[in-house]
Order: sequence, then C-alpha cells, then structure tokens
Amino acid sequence: MRIFFLFIRREIQLSLRYSTDSLGTILFFILTASLFPLALGPEPQLLRQMAPGILWVCILLAALLPIERLFNHEYEDGSLEQLLLLGLPAYGVALAKMTGHWLTTGLPLLIASIPLAFMFDLPYKTIPLLLFSLMIGTACLSLLGGMATCIALGARRNAFLLPLLTFPLLTPILIFGAMVTDAQLHHLNFIPHLQLLGACFALALPLCPFVAGAGLKLAVE
Amino acid sequence: MIFKKVNFSLSSGQSLIIQGPNGAGKSTLLRVLAGLRSIDAGTITWNNDNITEHYTEQTQRIAWLSHQDSLKPALTVKENLQLISQLYQTDIESALKTIKIDHMADIPARMLSAGQKRRTALARILLKPAQLWLLDEPSVGLDQETIELLGHIFKDFTNQGGMIITTTHVPLPLENSKILYLTPSISVARPL
Repeated sequence: MRIFFLFIRREIQLSLRYSTDSLGTILFFILTASLFPLALGPEPQLLRQMAPGILWVCILLAALLPIERLFNHEYEDGSLEQLLLLGLPAYGVALAKMTGHWLTTGLPLLIASIPLAFMFDLPYKTIPLLLFSLMIGTACLSLLGGMATCIALGARRNAFLLPLLTFPLLTPILIFGAMVTDAQLHHLNFIPHLQLLGACFALALPLCPFVAGAGLKLAVE
Repeated sequence: MIFKKVNFSLSSGQSLIIQGPNGAGKSTLLRVLAGLRSIDAGTITWNNDNITEHYTEQTQRIAWLSHQDSLKPALTVKENLQLISQLYQTDIESALKTIKIDHMADIPARMLSAGQKRRTALARILLKPAQLWLLDEPSVGLDQETIELLGHIFKDFTNQGGMIITTTHVPLPLENSKILYLTPSISVARPL
C-alpha cells in the first residue's frame, strides 16, 4: 500500500511542476461554460434549465484534455518501464496514475464548477448533489479515460483512437450524471439516476485498472 | 523468431557482456530477462524458478537501465530519484556521491548534459538493492573518467555477490566477464 501512495505523491509532484497543464484544463472548463450564456442569451430560466447538461459536457471535455498525456509521457521517456519494475503490479501502477489524474484534474474541476453553478443561477440546494454527482462522474472519467489511454498506448495515431474509445464509454456517465441534477431541479426523484451513476463507478473501479494494466504491459513489450 | 540457441547461465558475482551488431537483439534479450517482454518458447530460470511465472519477484531482484534515462525534465536530479529512494529506503546523497553527480542534486534534469543524465540514471540503479543489474549501453554519453568509475562500481557490486548483464558496443571495464555474441536476423549465441 505504501508504494501505491508513493506513486500518487509522485503524480501530484509532477502535476505541480507542470501546473500550466492543470491550469489550462481549468481555464478551458471555465471559458467553455462561460460561452453558453453569451450564445444562448442571458435568460436565467433557460440557463438554469440547461446548466446541468452544460456543466457536465464542459467538465467531461475539460477532464479529457490531459488524459492523453496520462501515460504517453511516461511511455515516451522510458519511465513507464521503471515504474513497472518497482514491484507494484501493472494494474496498481494504472490505478495510481488514474487516482493521480483525478486528484490533479477532477478535483480542481469540481471546485471550479461551484462559481459556474452560481453563474447559471442554479439553486443553492442543488449544488451539493451536483458536486457529488460530478465527483463520481470525474472519477469514472479518470478510470475510463485512463483505461482507453493504456489501450491506445504505443499505437500510432493514438490521438485519433483515444476519443473513439472514450466517448462511447462516457455517454452513460454523461446521461445519468446530468439527469441527477436535472431531476432534482424539477423536483423529481433523482435517486435512480444517482444509483445508475454509482453502478457505473462500481463497475469501472475494479475493471478499468486491470484492463489498463494489461494495456501497459503490452505497450512496453 | 528473434533468438535461436541462446543459452547461458550466470552465478553470483559474475557478469556477462552481450555483444553484437545493431539489430541483433541485445536490448530485446535484456528486456526479456527483465520480464518486460514475454517469450513464446524457451525458459529463463532464477534458482530453478521460471521467472515468467514469478514476475513480481523478478522485478524485485533486478535493477534496469534502458537506453533511455527515464528522467522527468522538470524535476531535479534528487526529485527524479526520490520515488525509488523512498521505496527502498536508500540514501540518495550517497548514490549521487558514488557516481559523482552530488553537486548537481538540485538542478532540474532538463539542464543536464547527456552524460550527467546518464549518471543520474545510473544512480537510480545504485538506489535499488537488486541482485542483478541489467544495463543497456550504460556508457553512452559518459566520459572516460566516468567509465573508469563505472568499472569500480561494477567491481564493488560483483564482489558483494551481485550479477551484471550488460550490452555494449565499446569496451567496458568489467573484469572476468563472460561474453555472449549475438548475430543478426535470427540471433544465434556464439561464445567468444
């Protein structure tokens, strides 16, 4: 377990050194979400209705930006081989990197979504649930995106392959996630949507690191 | 098929130099021994245990230096070695002193010369308490003085019972080492 936390610590250290990458992701999220009121008009009722969908689409796109770099740098500079020879199984290396991605990308995006939720005039009482659902959603994205990156690792033109692998997997997350806040906003029962979102996470958590680990091993062969 | 009739053994305190022209499979053989590459046929054993069945144990026994230095340009020399040092609770300062790069400890890796990067990568080897060093062209980018220093480091390691398998195109200061010569196409080991 100690080695796992040392890996995560290294990820955070690297992210702090390449902080412009994380800042760029947050800036992308804020700017894209801010463009919607300009395009749709300043009508608060309309913005409130569309806010859950807008925030979910923007946060997923923003979190996908650095996902390609999650393993590519390690693969290209040879660090991946060193990481795989430190005694942690390949799926453990993958899970540590995915956790690092969530801590350095998903978490800051969650925090950045709070002022945006106010900007879209979402009621105060919907914000905790929005953040909770986004927390599960971004964690799913780190797992699924990390897995897709590992599968595409070493393939030529993987920048083209990556969205093709990731977007179909993220579609259910986006639908269930946006529906949670939307249902709460319309005073409907949001529990089933939240349960489905949780089920996606429960499925991704054990499966994605194993597939990713196999992808990492194949990539270094 | 990459290799045919490649057969060798190594005991504690011994070293092996793998030689051969470009494309003969020297690096591939090292990767196979490291467990980074699987094999379709043949066996590699460590004290009669098949290493492909005991991959995690094999990763603990070896220290691996590839032709890449595996350094993060934004991290300092010390920070680049921090993970392995914390993991095995070994002293970075002493490893850096041994390879004579301690004066660069706080310099980002992007500012190092090729030789200094190689020395940092070699310091990583010293930080892992491994029984077998697998070194792919360890002397690339190193000056004559550092190559001689490498000879002393190799000698200390083998005297303590460690084993070294290395590829090289230039003479390395490895005393009494076995030599395995690989010929290209389908590599055939030929003792020298």
